[in-house]
Amino acid sequence: MTNKFKLRNVNLWYNDFQALHDVSMDIEANAITAFIGPSGCGKSTLIKSLNRMNDLVEGCKITGELLLDGEDIYGDIDINLLRKRVGMVFQKPNPFPMSIYDNIAFGPKTHGIKSKYKLDDIVEKALNDAAIWDEVKDRLKKSALSLSGGQQQRLCIARALSVSPDVLLMDEPTSALDPISTSKIEDLITELKQQYTVVIVTHNMQQAARISDSTAFFLLGEMVEFGDSEQVFSMPKDIRCEDYITGRFG
Amino acid sequence: MRKKYDEQLEQLGNMLVEMGALIETAIAGATHALKTQDIAQAKKAIAYDKEVDQKEKDIEQLCLKLLLQQQPVARDLRFISAALKMITDMERIGDQAADIAEIAIMLAGTPYIKALEHIPQMAEATVKMVSESIDAFVAKDLDLALSVIKHDDVVDELFDIIKYELVELIREDSKNGGQAMDLLMIAKYFERIGDHAENIAEWVVFSMTGKHKDIDIIENEGESSC
Repeated sequence: MTNKFKLRNVNLWYNDFQALHDVSMDIEANAITAFIGPSGCGKSTLIKSLNRMNDLVEGCKITGELLLDGEDIYGDIDINLLRKRVGMVFQKPNPFPMSIYDNIAFGPKTHGIKSKYKLDDIVEKALNDAAIWDEVKDRLKKSALSLSGGQQQRLCIARALSVSPDVLLMDEPTSALDPISTSKIEDLITELKQQYTVVIVTHNMQQAARISDSTAFFLLGEMVEFGDSEQVFSMPKDIRCEDYITGRFG
Repeated sequence: MRKKYDEQLEQLGNMLVEMGALIETAIAGATHALKTQDIAQAKKAIAYDKEVDQKEKDIEQLCLKLLLQQQPVARDLRFISAALKMITDMERIGDQAADIAEIAIMLAGTPYIKALEHIPQMAEATVKMVSESIDAFVAKDLDLALSVIKHDDVVDELFDIIKYELVELIREDSKNGGQAMDLLMIAKYFERIGDHAENIAEWVVFSMTGKHKDIDIIENEGESSC
């Protein structure tokens, strides 16, 4: 078992407000780690810290150690390269207003790939990996906005995969989707862990229990419990975690 | 925050208590019928079996509804899955109480080859085990559940004593053989009731600790409680 991320004593502030308190955890490579907790608990803040998306927030300050494969994420690092290695998928599918093909080819082109053959290969592989190739292979030149919500979300996953990341961060990736699309994305996430490390924020306890290997429960910016998902959802150690997952508060 | 869910869980606890009360009454009725050789009382004890079966179905239905509607996790999941397992043992206890009552009817009108002494003790011990295992479940009392598990040894010892006595009686006079067999069957049913009560207590332990038949819990925590 190797760790992709190593976090030690991570504290994060938005101006005067402290959003994360002393978070220390190891995130296993080629596994699915779920972050759960009530709104405002810091789970989305933490996931965004993993590829420095919080840099875009004014007044954001972070201390502690965040290592990706032993390398300091907040040290002397090329942010574009970091975000290439650590891709992200958001709650609402956000395809670019361009063709399906161009949505996927956009990232690799930005990173300097110009060959049409290479781009064709990348597009096909990314769409295949995101389990949407068969549904779109005959209409690659059509607008991505013509796809259904579930297809758009898989397209966004394909777009994240097109730059060959190591890690996929997913912030509530199925909350805007119907049950069938949700089920497809969940199957896909489970497949993806063979090749990628997945970190997912979800409000759906059953989803976290179904697909994740490890679960971390956050409350008021503090990581209250972190363990094997089966243990967390059957026999949580902390009463606050138990009360949250059983719906007694939150 | 989760009013309906809590009400359903409370209802599940109440239904288990009711099913527990039914099987306790059935065992006590069968035992009384055996002691007094009262056929009417025995028939009454047999009739409880239908009620026990119906209660099992009702509880099973509520558990499935809870699984479907509430998708329980953590202690709620353990509570509901333990209830589902417990009612199978409780239903078997109901069957065995009815079996005892049926033998009591067959034996009515014939003097016993020996005054009943240890069989009523077995009955008392098993009723106590059944009642305490259900109490432990509802009150979430781990020590009580562990003490029920330990108590099964008492029932097993009584069974061995009865078996030995019956063998002696057959040895003394082979004509005792027929009734001795019936009494041995009754003792065996009580011994099985004890085993089912132990199973119930083991599910109670699971619902509280997440561990089933865990030797460490039974031996370590049991020490402090006995």
